[in-house]
Amino acid sequence: MKAAICVFPGSNCDRDLAVAFRAAGFSVEMVWHKETTLPEGVDVVGLPGGFSYGDYLRAGAIAARSPVCRAVADHAVRGGYVLGICNGFQILTETAMLPGALVRNAGIKYICRPVPLLVGETESPFTRAFDTARPATIPIAHHDGNYTADDEVLGMLRGEGRIAFTYAENPNGARHDIAGILSANGRVLGIMPHPERAADPALGSTDGLPLFQGLAGAFAPA
Amino acid sequence: MKARVHVMLKEGVLDPQGEAIRHALGAMGFEGVEGVRQGKVIELDLAPGTTAARVGEMCEMLLANTVIESYRIEFV
Repeated sequence: MKAAICVFPGSNCDRDLAVAFRAAGFSVEMVWHKETTLPEGVDVVGLPGGFSYGDYLRAGAIAARSPVCRAVADHAVRGGYVLGICNGFQILTETAMLPGALVRNAGIKYICRPVPLLVGETESPFTRAFDTARPATIPIAHHDGNYTADDEVLGMLRGEGRIAFTYAENPNGARHDIAGILSANGRVLGIMPHPERAADPALGSTDGLPLFQGLAGAFAPA
Repeated sequence: MKARVHVMLKEGVLDPQGEAIRHALGAMGFEGVEGVRQGKVIELDLAPGTTAARVGEMCEMLLANTVIESYRIEFV
């Protein structure tokens, strides 16, 4: 089980993400944004949080056009798994690997605090290891986390069971309280909250760990 | 040869920064400002002969996110 984490100038959650992947049993390789290919045998690509290219133009816009992102898009087209967290989610919408866009928080302010998340009824490995009987409390840390899409896209996401995570109390104005969505094949997840920041008891919470464990389960021998 | 690209959030997309500007203007005593939308202007210095179609591609592929933004190109 191998995860590759793309590192852009301004990424700052890349090493935290590596720790979380390793805790779930993945080996991890870091991949610089100028690479044109992913390492051999990669199962999952992680797009980490941070401020790639200083959020210039729009959050995630420049990273989305970087060489490594073309390789990530090819990986997704081949049915590979991709996990984009926070800035990674913004990159996924900017590449159109996921629909919609992430705009400025409705209250304008940057928000950094743990929030309760509800896990959607999806078929995805990203969600299946969560205990859905209670919300998972996972930190958010973003300025542009307000998910928006037109009614048609929202209807499609809902109808196809692609809304993976919603906020129990909407912190940023996101439409339909959306915190995380899946691609049509369920293998690409974009999520604004940071599960990797709640993946070790030393961090004060392990509520985010099931995301990585569920994903690892997708590669367990039958 | 210069092109100026105006990028605006589409109608219907919430613009909290524009809203904050509207509030500030009201607090300063400027009455009658019923709405503010904030956008951005990108100026491109272009080699002679660069076509409008080419600038349009730049807008579609990078300068604007057409999911949420509209753009207008002006040659100056």
